[in-house]
Amino acid sequence: MPTKRIQLVQIAHARGGDKGDTADLSLFAYDAASYALLKQQLSSARVAEHFRGIAHGRVERYCLDQLWALKFVLQHALDGGAAHSLRSDNLGKSLAAGLLRMELDVPKEFVVRHADFASSPL
Amino acid sequence: MKTIRIGAGLGFYGDSWLPIRASLERGNVQYIASDHLAELTLSILQKDRAQDPNLGYTRDLLPMMKQLWPLAQLANDGRGVKFLLNAGGLNPPAAGAALASLFRKQGWAAKIAVVTGDDVLLDIQQAKASEFAHLDSGVALLDAQDALGAVLPRIEFANAYLGAAPLVQALAQGADIVITGRVADAALFLAPLAYEFGWDLSPAGQQDQANLDRLAQGLAVGHLLECSGQGSGGNFGGLDWQDVPDLAHIGYPIAEVAQDGSAIICKAPNTGGRISFDTLRQQLLYEVHDPANYFAPDLVLDMSEICLHEIGENQVRMVGAKGKARPSHLKVVAGYHAGWMGQASIGYCWPQAFQKAQYSAQMIKTALQEQKMAYQDIHIEYLGHDSILGPLASNALREQLNEVYLRVAVRCKDKAVADGLPRLFPSLGLSGPPFVAGRFAMQGATQLLGLWPSLIARELVEARVSVELIESKIPAEVKNAN
Repeated sequence: MPTKRIQLVQIAHARGGDKGDTADLSLFAYDAASYALLKQQLSSARVAEHFRGIAHGRVERYCLDQLWALKFVLQHALDGGAAHSLRSDNLGKSLAAGLLRMELDVPKEFVVRHADFASSPL
Repeated sequence: MKTIRIGAGLGFYGDSWLPIRASLERGNVQYIASDHLAELTLSILQKDRAQDPNLGYTRDLLPMMKQLWPLAQLANDGRGVKFLLNAGGLNPPAAGAALASLFRKQGWAAKIAVVTGDDVLLDIQQAKASEFAHLDSGVALLDAQDALGAVLPRIEFANAYLGAAPLVQALAQGADIVITGRVADAALFLAPLAYEFGWDLSPAGQQDQANLDRLAQGLAVGHLLECSGQGSGGNFGGLDWQDVPDLAHIGYPIAEVAQDGSAIICKAPNTGGRISFDTLRQQLLYEVHDPANYFAPDLVLDMSEICLHEIGENQVRMVGAKGKARPSHLKVVAGYHAGWMGQASIGYCWPQAFQKAQYSAQMIKTALQEQKMAYQDIHIEYLGHDSILGPLASNALREQLNEVYLRVAVRCKDKAVADGLPRLFPSLGLSGPPFVAGRFAMQGATQLLGLWPSLIARELVEARVSVELIESKIPAEVKNAN
């Protein structure tokens, strides 16, 4: 089956938050089909692999079908927490942007909300 | 059916209160609930209190209320608007006294309630055996160690998250303004609803599923509103951020809640921002871990069946929150000294901006080593390239950057090392790679804090919670002059 490569930012939006050293990332699909795809493909293991070198603990995933939303909770992801971190992004707000940079291969005919958005070079 | 309208106040210490004016002037609200305390805010206030025992509250309280109180008196068809604020921080009595003093000076009459009892520093300093185990790791506080040694002796503050009950008590006593320290953020919003509608926050109310579900709706409303503009289209994390209109004049969210708990989220007319399925679902899940078990002092909120229906422009109906019985313990967050951060930066421009910044990073590392400046951790990042995305930044365009800033940060035990790091930077100007810029601000060391989340028995804390009422009466001479 012919496929195309997309970035999550083209089919979803996201927000990140912090509690201590734990980052939480919410991912919101624009439509039901995108949600089904994300739910199927974005396992907690895959997200943990994406954040290797940033998040050093367990990654949990939760699904909210009625909101087309996935929640990922990343432990030991904030260099000890906002008041302890040496990073510019001490609150980890932009980890949600990091999640939106993930790439997926989808069927060629899959409808992408932001089809014309040029993916960043990786 | 009776409805109550609550407007969002601040979302953190440093947030703008100007958008609250629109909610007062044309948002038809009866209450403003204002969250001044992010998780790390108490660490900022601790530094204030260490310098002056009369500080330790968020200092935005006074200018904010000075500007908003006159508007609040005219609002709500002239009946006035009540405020609930956790601006008391580590020192609610001092916040109450300072506000009462301001009101007396202005000739304004108000009943100001001060809620105390969240401070559990003494309990935590006397931790025994397995007490105050870390919520994530399970390590007992007595056994906790880090690079600086035992954690317990370094704890500087510890506060339990209180629920809505003492705030309801304050409103029942006729308070116009309720000032608290650490309470669950959403409790600031749940309290006026429980007070107005008689929702039961007592242990008996925990047995009644319909009551728990109403409380759950109230808590979810609070959660949607507690981050000010983030509940009305601010910080919208997607490519559609530009479709949110007029962020410069954003309207903070307003909730209209009915007796049965059903809620409509909206905002004042003629304001910027957007209330929609998309903007509200972003906020609903913000800083939530397990959405089926969101722990609060008054109940456990299950969000898994919450639905958000757009019923009009900037109007979303929220239904489906379910409540579960409240936890037996309250959450405590303690902060402990975790060393010092030293940091400095320097900018380079084309040609080879990145290579030059990288070369200078190596020079700084060499100097640290040769001058025996010991640190536990070092963090090197390049502003304009990877300082925000970190390892997720693309390296594809790194060699073509117009300019880039090197930032070096160290975490160390010794404050002198942290203070010394910036002093390594100025000589790079004459004895390092070419085409530098940036002001070599000699920023002093910053104290770092670790957070220690744990639990405390509810009864222990609740027995000490108190509500004090301060009346700011209008002095006779001012009254006569008016």
